[in-house]
Amino acid sequence: MPIRATLAALLIAAAAPALAQPAPAPLAAESCLGCHGPQGAGMAPIAGLAGRDQAELLAALVAFRSDARPGTIMGRVARGFTEAELAAIAAHFGR
Amino acid sequence: MTWTLPRRALLGTLAASLAAPTTLRAQGAARLLVVGGGFGGASAASFARRAYPWLDVTLVEPKTRFVTCPYGNLVIGGLRQITDISHGYERLAARGVRVVHDWASGIDPLAKTVRLAGGQTLGYDRLILSPGIGLRWGALEGYDEAASEVLPHAWVPGDGAQTLLLRRQLEAMPDGGVVGLAIPPNPFRCPPGPYERISMIASYLKQHKPRSKILALDAKDAFSKQGLFQDAWAALYPGMIEWVPASRDGRVVRVDPGARVLETEFGTKHSVAVANVIPPQSAARIAIDAGLADASGWVPVNTSTFESRVAPGIHVVGDANIPGPMPKSGYIANSTARQAVASAAALLRGEAPSAAVYYNTCYSHVGAEYGISVVGIFRPNAEGSAIVEVPNSGGVSPRGDLPEQRRLEALYADAWYESITKDMFA
Repeated sequence: MPIRATLAALLIAAAAPALAQPAPAPLAAESCLGCHGPQGAGMAPIAGLAGRDQAELLAALVAFRSDARPGTIMGRVARGFTEAELAAIAAHFGR
Repeated sequence: MTWTLPRRALLGTLAASLAAPTTLRAQGAARLLVVGGGFGGASAASFARRAYPWLDVTLVEPKTRFVTCPYGNLVIGGLRQITDISHGYERLAARGVRVVHDWASGIDPLAKTVRLAGGQTLGYDRLILSPGIGLRWGALEGYDEAASEVLPHAWVPGDGAQTLLLRRQLEAMPDGGVVGLAIPPNPFRCPPGPYERISMIASYLKQHKPRSKILALDAKDAFSKQGLFQDAWAALYPGMIEWVPASRDGRVVRVDPGARVLETEFGTKHSVAVANVIPPQSAARIAIDAGLADASGWVPVNTSTFESRVAPGIHVVGDANIPGPMPKSGYIANSTARQAVASAAALLRGEAPSAAVYYNTCYSHVGAEYGISVVGIFRPNAEGSAIVEVPNSGGVSPRGDLPEQRRLEALYADAWYESITKDMFA
């Protein structure tokens, strides 16, 4: 085995413990945790996000963003994020 | 993943990892040192352990219990106990943060070390500095640390003594007394804080000492969520609160602790029964001593990494920095701490820091089941020269007679407190 390939293999092996950890959430999704609880599990009466249907989560965020869905603060929140960020948030918390 | 280590070091590292993989992390892991265990520092340490387990994380904080500024106003109003807003570092330690209860007395940015009052010196590869604010003793004539034992500031909670002192003074005050507040100019910690405090004091007085008054002497002509606060004061506490802006001689310049007198710019002397003096502020001393602050007394930072503009490798988060249009709030400290840690981690691996988005929600309680809020989402501009609020987003709660909105925001405020303190300490 050429030394270059060996090094690459070793490098992967050495890095594996770090790669085995769950990838950090996109930082946009981290924004949610200050109100929606650890891992987005909810903090009554604030709704949980984790484990909900991804498409429904995204639809809710988009509806808050366009004011189609009334909210206490979520309209003001959702308008701060791009649609791509809202999709990443829904993908992170949803299933 | 890209590694920029020279081949010789790489081979050495790999040999070590093959021989003793468990000791590699302890001996060779990049050292993230966090100074200050409040909203910026505890958030940074917590997030670093969760998102970057390959980092070796140490947190330096002198206190074993952290008393939050948020919800301190509810303690002053009698709606919470100080124990409800006190948090320990045991869970962070159990998650692998090395917690050192000592006072960081100085930083050497060139040697990349932090001196502790106990004599130890800690080295770092990246430093997250979240030292909070310093009160500018003497900025108001007559207001020094000794005066604050008579006229509490209750703005840097420490062990909670200042918060409890103000509470006790309100309890001891006879009905019909005047509670005076001296409110500082911008920028200062927690822009809506003085006005939530006025509200919580009014809530207590209305119930227990209804003939009393509140005299709020302000060094500004406008304040955070002003319309919402003033609507609520008129509805909930009619005739009780007088707010005096700077343009009507509201700026306090001198205090007399013995006589409990607050004196304003044009020489008006207000004699009060209880005085809460919130003095002008700056970044905490350690940041100034390390040469990180500019002439304003606050620390200029990179808009994407929160790295000091003068000292590479030191990321300054929390109320000590210059956050552009963002408020000095707990949520901004929490949000910018994550970005600073993510940036530090990326830079340690030779990667580019990820794009930044900063998030804030500040709730204020103004009465029973009556909460209001301001939301802000911020990003660096295209040049990275400034942080700007995302257009058409955020803003304050709608005005008007909206009891359900107010009730929900009060409940959400409580849930926010539970969520963010769990994020920091659990």
